[in-house]
Amino acid sequence: MEPHTDLVAMHMSDGIVNAPTSVIFGLVAVLGLAVCVARARGDLDDRTAPMAGLVAAFVFAVQMLNFPILPGVSGHLLGGALCAILVGPYVGAICVSIVLLLQALLFADGGLSALGTNITNMALIGTFVGYGVAVALRRVALRSRGGLVVVAFVAAWVNTVVASLGFVLEYAIGGQGLALGTVFGLMTGFHALIGIGEGIITALTVGAVAAVRPDLVYLTRSAAPSLTIKSQGVRS
Amino acid sequence: MAFYAGFLVVALLLAGVVSYAASSSPDGLDAVTQTGCELDESGEPVGGTCIAQNAGEHATAASPLADYTVGGSEGTTGIAGVIGVLVTLILAGGLFWALRRRSSKDETPSRVE
Repeated sequence: MEPHTDLVAMHMSDGIVNAPTSVIFGLVAVLGLAVCVARARGDLDDRTAPMAGLVAAFVFAVQMLNFPILPGVSGHLLGGALCAILVGPYVGAICVSIVLLLQALLFADGGLSALGTNITNMALIGTFVGYGVAVALRRVALRSRGGLVVVAFVAAWVNTVVASLGFVLEYAIGGQGLALGTVFGLMTGFHALIGIGEGIITALTVGAVAAVRPDLVYLTRSAAPSLTIKSQGVRS
Repeated sequence: MAFYAGFLVVALLLAGVVSYAASSSPDGLDAVTQTGCELDESGEPVGGTCIAQNAGEHATAASPLADYTVGGSEGTTGIAGVIGVLVTLILAGGLFWALRRRSSKDETPSRVE
């Protein structure tokens, strides 16, 4: 078996953008996560808290699975849309952030000073934009499981591409080494392809959960909370 | 409960077994940061101009789980992956369990055993 020399680095390393840019996006990440922690409480109960822990563990696992997109180039799941659809955007952003934190601390993947940029791109931008797409298409998702699977694919694809645009923004502010137009073209081009893989994985996962435990799919559950939670006494 | 157990088993199999089949090519981001450089066999930039030249040695490169291996040994990716899944589950699950709304006694139609 080939040694996995390049599996090692999947996220931005230290020094890819300059120190001021790292500090700015470190602050963005801290503020964003503070809001998420404050709002996550409302989405967590005895049933959804274990699910959220499992979703984070699942994202860690799937992020290890690089799939080829072009000769010599691979991609892997980012997971923001997947998390948001299953456990909500606030809890979902925390799930992705915990994965990124552990990868940086334990697995030497993603620089410590780059945690702010990596969290901003994958945990905040990807998760919330992906969730926004899913909410915009919620009518389709509520129609049938097939509709939900399609919505999951589209939300995940957009999540991947906008997360890559986050990198382009950070590079524009504090990076050097390659023309900005080239960075933009390559990042969006590669991630439009990676997004297809992200979309397939997200669609399969959300579809599987919806088949077995539709009550654990946040996107479709939160649209009709009174039906699922208080079905005993109150008919709606 | 069976669903949660099944979900965990899937994650463990993906990280512990399927991870050996993962592509070893650089991901989209690394492919961009390496554009313009010649790379040596370990993927380090040795010539040309590229974004990756600005990258520093990782601060936790000496971690026992660095590079998704156990102690740097080849073929231990699956073990490192299983450890990662369990650590993530404990940390994230613990945080979310602590943050959750405590259910009041009269509104628990289905309790998690």
